Amino acid sequence: MCGIVGLFIKDPSLEPELGRLTAAMLATLSDRGPDSAGFAVYGAGKAGETKLTLRAATPEAMTETAKRISHAFEDAVATAHDTHAVVSLPDDAVPELIAWLARELPEIEVVGRGRRMEVYKEVGRPDTVAARFDLAAMTGTHAIGHTRMATESAVTTDGAHPYSTGGDQCLVHNGSLSNHNNLRRVLAREGFKFETENDTEVAAGYLSWKMREGLSLDDALKVSLDDLDGFYTFVVGTENGFGVLRDGIACKPAIMAETDRYVAFGSEYRALAGLPGIEHSRIWEPEPATVYFWER
Amino acid sequence: MPDVDLGSTPLRELNAALHRLHPDTNERHWLIDHPAGRHAIAAGLNAPITVEINGPVGYYCAGMNQLATVLVHGSAGVGVAENMMSGFVHVSGDASQSAGATGRGGLLRIDGNASSRCGISMKGIDIVVRGSVGHMSAFMAQAGNLVVFGDAGDSLGDSIYEARLFVRGQVKSLGADCIEKEMRDAHKRALHGVLERAGFNGEVDASEFRRYGSARKLYNFHVDNAGDY
Repeated sequence: MCGIVGLFIKDPSLEPELGRLTAAMLATLSDRGPDSAGFAVYGAGKAGETKLTLRAATPEAMTETAKRISHAFEDAVATAHDTHAVVSLPDDAVPELIAWLARELPEIEVVGRGRRMEVYKEVGRPDTVAARFDLAAMTGTHAIGHTRMATESAVTTDGAHPYSTGGDQCLVHNGSLSNHNNLRRVLAREGFKFETENDTEVAAGYLSWKMREGLSLDDALKVSLDDLDGFYTFVVGTENGFGVLRDGIACKPAIMAETDRYVAFGSEYRALAGLPGIEHSRIWEPEPATVYFWER
Repeated sequence: MPDVDLGSTPLRELNAALHRLHPDTNERHWLIDHPAGRHAIAAGLNAPITVEINGPVGYYCAGMNQLATVLVHGSAGVGVAENMMSGFVHVSGDASQSAGATGRGGLLRIDGNASSRCGISMKGIDIVVRGSVGHMSAFMAQAGNLVVFGDAGDSLGDSIYEARLFVRGQVKSLGADCIEKEMRDAHKRALHGVLERAGFNGEVDASEFRRYGSARKLYNFHVDNAGDY
């Protein structure tokens, strides 16, 4: 089943509410996906600086990791949130930090990278996961989130969405892909490494591959209609916006609402019911095999 | 007149109260507020009552309905009035996928658009959509009438049996074994009757619609049709 949500804010006065609204949307969809949850939030960013989101097995391990990073890299600011930490550092120091992590702390995973994006995911009920990371207090321009009912691979944090597809890009998915094993082999030949058996990680890898070959995200989504076999609704976050794509059959539910202040996506209307001014919004179902995109 | 606020009353409590009603009940008009897209609101009714819902409903609203009139002042989620047996369901907004799916009787009226698979496997229900319907509508439709004032998406009436489809606007494509058929006087009269029961008394001209139905070539397996299955 699974649930996905997305909220893209058009009116800056609503930005302080981004985390609170997204947390409520995720909590509503807990019964579509009680196994794990994850979300990506696009907050403040600085030119010349990269944010890396790191994940450890336990909060203690992450507190320790954050200390060691601050000690080893004087330009880096590491802020721990439960099992995750966001490290802000100058762009040119990123390769060095990643090499250092691989050497010194190979168990620490880099789950997101970009100017503005922070990615959090954990096993557990979505409302619990959102509370652990204090999503409600986060601010920013847009966020996407996922509540997972596992079908194609195990209930682990690795199997939780979102999957990062590149700098400031990530993907959440409702559905199941039937040709992911074959596609994983193709992508492995292209040099992509996969951490899980999860089908969504393959979809994320596929989009990264197409964009590496020079396609825009918009075009990468369009060609995915030919290459990905299965049922899916994707919501993709980028530095400045978010995109939505449903497969040609459009079995997986999707509903969108737009007002002067925001564009919102939900697997069901219930997820949108608490948004401000929803009763006066334009509400519609995205068409199958059609790429939708909002930017600011 | 019972007035139930779903913001404070649990949905199961409401549905249980509606299910307890006898056919000769005096509580014949119910108002429901703050539905907030909850699922299965007023599903399984079996009494000649009217239930008015103020706001958008979620999945399977008024599913399996018998005898009751359910008025949704808002939009409806997946499978509104699915497997309806009799009665009347009226959605003032849009309806999501599979509206009226497998319905055996009664009338479903949707004032906005219905998305994909509207009337899938319908078995006698009448569905009137004032807007347009999405792809694969009336898939494997067996009996009843689907009336669309606007357009129909891809593969209308795929693998259709004996249901009658009337569309006033454009049909993007017809599904396997679905063809356009001549609109004779008898069909215009039948369509006029459906429109009248849906509350469009004389407002809509039945002769503006085109009729679609089964070519009846897929009823029995024939190897030349293998590609169409």
